[in-house]
Amino acid sequence: MIPELGHFALVLALVLALVQAVVPLVGASRNRLALMAVGRPAAQGQFFFVVVAYVCLTIAFVQSDFSLQLAATNSHSATPLIYKITGVWGNHEGSLLLWAMSLALWTVAVTVFSRHLPEAFVARVLGVLGWVSVGFISFLLVTSNPFERLLPAVAEGRDLNPLLQDPGMIIHPPLLYMGYVGFSVAFAFAIAALLTGRLDAAWARWSRPWTTVAWVFLTAGIAVGSGWAYYELGWGGWWFWDPVENASFIPWLVGTALMHSLAVTEKRGAFRSWTVLLAIGAFSLALLGTFLVRSGVITSVHAFATDPKRGLYILALLVIVIGVSLVLYAWRAPRLTGGGSFGLVSRETSLLANNVLLAVAAASVLLGTLYPLFLDALNMGKISVGPPYFEAVFVPLMTPVVVLMMVGPFLRWKTDGVSPVLRRLAPTLGAALVIGTGTAFAVDHVTWRTVLGLVLAAWVVLASLQLLGNRLRDRSGAARLSARLRAIPSAWWGMWLGHLGIGVFIIGVTLVGSLDATLDVRMKEGQRAELAGYSFVFRGVQDADGPNYDAARATIGLYRGERQLTTLTPEKRLYRAQGMPMTEASIDIGPLRDVYVSLGEQLEDGSWIVSLYYKPFISWIWLGCLLMALGGIFAAADRRYRRTAEHRSTAAVAAAGRAA
Amino acid sequence: MQADRSTMWPGLPAWGALALCAALWLSPAQAADAPGEQAPAGGEIAPTAAADPELEKEVMELSHVLRCLVCQNQSIAESNAPLALDLRNQVREQLQAGRSKDDVIDYLVERYGDFVLYEPPFKTSTALLWGGPALLLFGGAGWLAWRLRRRAVELRETVALSATERAQARSLLAGDPAQPPSSPEESRK
Amino acid sequence: MKAKFLVPLVLFLAFAGFLAFGLTLNPREVPSPLIDKPVPAFSLARLDAPETRFGAEDMRGQVWLLNVWASWCVACRQEHPVLVSLARQDVVPIVGLNYKELRGDGGIDMRGVSLEDETARSIQRARRWLADHGDPYALSVLDIDGRVGIDFGVYGVPETFLIDRDGRIRYKHIGPITPENLQQVLLPKIEELKRAG
Repeated sequence: MIPELGHFALVLALVLALVQAVVPLVGASRNRLALMAVGRPAAQGQFFFVVVAYVCLTIAFVQSDFSLQLAATNSHSATPLIYKITGVWGNHEGSLLLWAMSLALWTVAVTVFSRHLPEAFVARVLGVLGWVSVGFISFLLVTSNPFERLLPAVAEGRDLNPLLQDPGMIIHPPLLYMGYVGFSVAFAFAIAALLTGRLDAAWARWSRPWTTVAWVFLTAGIAVGSGWAYYELGWGGWWFWDPVENASFIPWLVGTALMHSLAVTEKRGAFRSWTVLLAIGAFSLALLGTFLVRSGVITSVHAFATDPKRGLYILALLVIVIGVSLVLYAWRAPRLTGGGSFGLVSRETSLLANNVLLAVAAASVLLGTLYPLFLDALNMGKISVGPPYFEAVFVPLMTPVVVLMMVGPFLRWKTDGVSPVLRRLAPTLGAALVIGTGTAFAVDHVTWRTVLGLVLAAWVVLASLQLLGNRLRDRSGAARLSARLRAIPSAWWGMWLGHLGIGVFIIGVTLVGSLDATLDVRMKEGQRAELAGYSFVFRGVQDADGPNYDAARATIGLYRGERQLTTLTPEKRLYRAQGMPMTEASIDIGPLRDVYVSLGEQLEDGSWIVSLYYKPFISWIWLGCLLMALGGIFAAADRRYRRTAEHRSTAAVAAAGRAA
Repeated sequence: MQADRSTMWPGLPAWGALALCAALWLSPAQAADAPGEQAPAGGEIAPTAAADPELEKEVMELSHVLRCLVCQNQSIAESNAPLALDLRNQVREQLQAGRSKDDVIDYLVERYGDFVLYEPPFKTSTALLWGGPALLLFGGAGWLAWRLRRRAVELRETVALSATERAQARSLLAGDPAQPPSSPEESRK
Repeated sequence: MKAKFLVPLVLFLAFAGFLAFGLTLNPREVPSPLIDKPVPAFSLARLDAPETRFGAEDMRGQVWLLNVWASWCVACRQEHPVLVSLARQDVVPIVGLNYKELRGDGGIDMRGVSLEDETARSIQRARRWLADHGDPYALSVLDIDGRVGIDFGVYGVPETFLIDRDGRIRYKHIGPITPENLQQVLLPKIEELKRAG
């Protein structure tokens, strides 16, 4: 009964999405307020019914209703409750429903936080979002119904893929989808503005916080996914350049470009046609990512079980959404000229150059991801494009991005001179060269990659400090340091933290890439192994069965000299329902290094294979991502956006008063 | 929302979160340090899993750039599929027999094709793959240079025009009849 | 509408065309680089007479099929009737390459099993399977450890190689052969090779 209720709710959501897609757009084109006003309640109603559908599906999972196909293939009565709940999105249909739900959530957020925007504009935005919703909910209902019954019901389910039974997987997909789907708001704003032909500073200002928040979600989602891979896959890698990882990374790169381009469009009115193209691009690439994961055109460890019908449907959706947007762009963009003028050496130029570089990087990752498909389509053989290619291509492209990222904030808007800029930058640049190279020698790992990484990271950190110093000196009018610190707008802190985050990230990537150490040993009780100055004492293995798996858990004392730091307990699990072995690594996380241990097979003589890893500075990778995400939160929290909101709403009230 | 709220520093909660995260992140290792319950020095050193750890390191390095054919998208180092295991053994045997990494790669490519290589070889069919990023970069840089030059030209024109206008204004103010204002169309520009 | 603003649209449409074509392809099927190359040399024990060995050169002068199979392979069961009926038509000799009969079967703990043990058990299992399901093979050889399989670039079972009179591999079929595959692809190719010789 409950699945049928969910199915019915999803149908109702589709109807409301259609209403939301059609009525406000008609209202906006005929200038009829009553029709435009339908958008908000329709969107909120749609959200309500999608949530009802989602809750119904979750109930079926929690109750282990194995007459539901999806629960039978992705859950098990012995699965822990939390993984019954998250198992809902551990498959194609359920994750698509999560996709639709986060789209509805973003739409509702637009209805709530758009009171200050012109009604006709909001109506168009909601209309565009409505069409996207129609596309996805109909995709669900037509090709991927999550409420499909299984007759006759089976007695026991096949359980969720053990890889997904992990805390990281509880938050990774919702964050990632909130990020992916969040770009739909910036997209809808761009299309609404294109429809009217008015892409002005106001449009850019309205788009900025939405884009930034979506970017924060995407950053966090990617970081959590990478963290999951790090401890769950059992050998300490953190990024694999898998097509599905790339599918989330490409929109991230374009979204980063969009955030910065919007800043210029708002402040200086420049780059308007470029900005609108990026807004379309970011969402289109998020859609493309969805296509790649679900169509089966590309093999990936993450791909869902596939069906060509689904691939065709989502490709059609892709062609309609992107095709219509680009036609609209080709029609309207030629009118978008002008904007504030700026000189060759200016902050505008640095931002535009970085935008181009980010777009080139995104296009290169896309090229590498899809090249095997192109070759195959042209019948020119099958190849694989993996980490060696992406690393060879990506590092040279991102190096100038990081340099420009630090130069930009030191440049003035409009125009600046070359020599004053060099004078401003020379001291930190020189110091960074010395510190970076010196560190590479100190850690005795002088390769060009280590030196480059360390110099760049040192420069990002030093130049960030210099930037903060300059900022505080500029405000020397205020007496106290705390007052001067408080006077700095939140958006500036956002920029500062985000850029600093990149520096921290580079430190992590460089040092773990250069200095990590690994050792595979066979251990018996009482035996000891040494790695990177740490001692590991093997104390034996006990059974440690969980609700839906059997496990062997090793106890390993981690020592530094004579001092015990902690006890590590890696496990080897066998999930009963799928008969799938899993390695649960045990990690001692520290600010300067992780010590990572995973348990392998038991050998004939009773000893166990144990893999030991020393990963210096690896947590800096995620600290860097955290700083970037925090930077985004600061940027979006800037009071400028709220002040305009208050200002506008008072103006609207006044206007309404006059009208009445 | 009250007016004085908007003057408050809005980022305060976010800063709090940052401090909290930093504290959480910095604490674990040192906090977990406990007095040793058993000195490790006594234990006998465990043997390495591979008879020859140096060789094993090379085997794993090479295995990481070779693709497992039966897996979705994993290297033969990561995968535990039987074929991955067989191929890893092949790599080990051949390296042990003194063959070079290139020999081993050639051996596998002869049998399974370029598909096994995560680093695709440079040939006609992959020229666009390897050259693509550079082409994109030059294309992007070219476009950027063109845009900036066009903008600079526009900028100079505006500046130049306003300079003549200023000169005209000056001459008008000075009441110099020798330089009459140009035609209305031109001056309006 | 200026032409340059149409560039993104045109690029996207070309791109979408590729993706649409990509949907018709199977990304998991890897073509063999051995096509038109000499068949790899091997010398393996025969299933029917383990003390005698068999190699590719024993088939010189004939067009033949090499079919990779194992008793644990589920898809082989699906293709087996096709092979049996092909063998009855007597158009082409089929040589079976029994691939990792014991160690390929994930359910068996191989620790402590000696090679002699493994060979004996493999022979027993393989013979029983052929007795149960019919034997389409002129003969089968035993690739106990899968080494010859690697030389043939085998990455999944079943796979089938078509070899010409000069001992060159002319075609490789990946996965189970269906009756349609046989009629539309394999038989015409076999006929062509037989005529050519």
